[in-house]
Amino acid sequence: MMDKLIFGRYIPGDSWIHKLDPRAKLLSTVIFIGIIFLANNWQTYLLLLLFALTAIGLSTIKLSFFINGIKPLIWLILFTVVLQVLFTGGSTVYFDWGPIIVSREGLLNGVFIFCRFVLIIFMSTLLTLTTMPLSLTDAIEYLLRPLKVVKVPVYEIALMLSIALRFVPTLMDETEKIMNAQRARGVDFGEGNIFQQMKAIVPILIPLFVSSFNRAEELATAMEARGYKGGEGRTKYRQLEWVSRDTTAMMAYALLTVGLVVLRN
Amino acid sequence: MDITFEKVGYTYQKGTPFQNKALYDIDLHIKEGSFTALVGHTGSGKSTVLQHLNALMKPSEGTVTIGDRVITSQSNNKNLKGIRKKVGIVFQFPESQLFEETVAKDIAFGPKNFGATEEEGIALAKRMLPIVGLDESYMERSPFDLSGGQMRRVAIAGVLAMEPEVLVLDEPTAGLDPQGRKEMMDMFYRLYRTQGLTIILVTHQMDDVANYADHMVVLEKGTVIKEGAPKDVFKDAAWLESKQLGVPATVSFGSLLSQKTGLVFNGLPLTTADLADEIAKALKQQPNDSKAGDAE
Repeated sequence: MMDKLIFGRYIPGDSWIHKLDPRAKLLSTVIFIGIIFLANNWQTYLLLLLFALTAIGLSTIKLSFFINGIKPLIWLILFTVVLQVLFTGGSTVYFDWGPIIVSREGLLNGVFIFCRFVLIIFMSTLLTLTTMPLSLTDAIEYLLRPLKVVKVPVYEIALMLSIALRFVPTLMDETEKIMNAQRARGVDFGEGNIFQQMKAIVPILIPLFVSSFNRAEELATAMEARGYKGGEGRTKYRQLEWVSRDTTAMMAYALLTVGLVVLRN
Repeated sequence: MDITFEKVGYTYQKGTPFQNKALYDIDLHIKEGSFTALVGHTGSGKSTVLQHLNALMKPSEGTVTIGDRVITSQSNNKNLKGIRKKVGIVFQFPESQLFEETVAKDIAFGPKNFGATEEEGIALAKRMLPIVGLDESYMERSPFDLSGGQMRRVAIAGVLAMEPEVLVLDEPTAGLDPQGRKEMMDMFYRLYRTQGLTIILVTHQMDDVANYADHMVVLEKGTVIKEGAPKDVFKDAAWLESKQLGVPATVSFGSLLSQKTGLVFNGLPLTTADLADEIAKALKQQPNDSKAGDAE
């Protein structure tokens, strides 16, 4: 079941993108999602698409992989696109039937929204496929640092994030294990009406919660036993290093933004 | 009910870059009423084989025949319940599958999924508790208040309550104390003897294999590399060591003893009782040696 899930996976590699500083990657993904809204004609979308494809090419990960990443979301995307197409009024109307209007603007909007979705998924998939979850937490911690001024417990948030990320695969395994055990006891998952399906979840959820409680307690004890006292005054084992490569990446983004501003209507 | 594997292969996450071939070319035949031990180094594919035994996994290649049902990669997922009822699996650390409010309800959960009524389920629970070594006073307790060992007993009772014909055990004694281990293995052996259950045991404990199993399958890197009676498989200690497996304590002690003292054993002593008999016999044949031994 979890086999199909590609979003959020990490593929080890040694490409230019892999070696980028996680801060640069996280920041650029955020920027990309921001500047995607600057695009409003086909030239700008083409520029963004070329940029995304170049980035994917640099990562040396197969494009088919990214397309697979879209598959689980395709219905959501199509739904939004269809809504856009059907309910956007405009000057050139091709079809008019009560509240349903198919216009030139609507069609264009639909295509643009489709592109936007695909681009955002491409770039965020690129981030997760090329960045180790733990480096990502380091990056989040670093980028949240300014918030310390307003008393946000940045270190604790980062710790929780890294523990959470660390336990995602463990909990997935555990879920799978418990599911198998309950299937062996005659539970059918994904069958019957919605109430039966919801009832079938109980034998997974309760053991999962119970084991999470136990795990949390054991982990806390183990951390204390190893001298963990809290966030302040700790040193870091993994040091982030910003090199010229990362500056280059940010420059590329600056150029992209300028390009978009120039090309947009 | 026989279980047969023909040319079975299994690949995890087929068609993705994470593709991982776990099993290949497995031919296996598990006879009704046998006690089969499945051994192998960590990661040799034991647990994957185990999930094929009641169609939790479908083979990527080849066929698995469970009773009269044939499972291939094309098989429909519906109506596998019949198989699941007949082949009960006790997974590793089965205590993590408990979820009901009371022990009785949890044990009755399996039978109820297979169509038993609440009363029948509770009655079964009452019958199963003594079999796993707990008494009726546990019926109304919450499974989460019990100790680890007791929880495991309840979980096993929950599988036994489905009254399977084949019982698959994935390291049932892992993490138990020596007393608990012996009790649990004796319990399974009793079920095997008295109720004619077919038992498949996955384990790293060679002593358990020697003491209880009548058939043994050795897996390595996803395929069967040796199969036979424990007596035959354990003969070649060096070969087993090379596969990162050991021999039972009785076998290694026996061979050390015959090396140092020159005693000759007729067969390979698998259990402690066997070993004692063999030593006694060998000493009778060489009375002088035994006297020398006494004098020292």
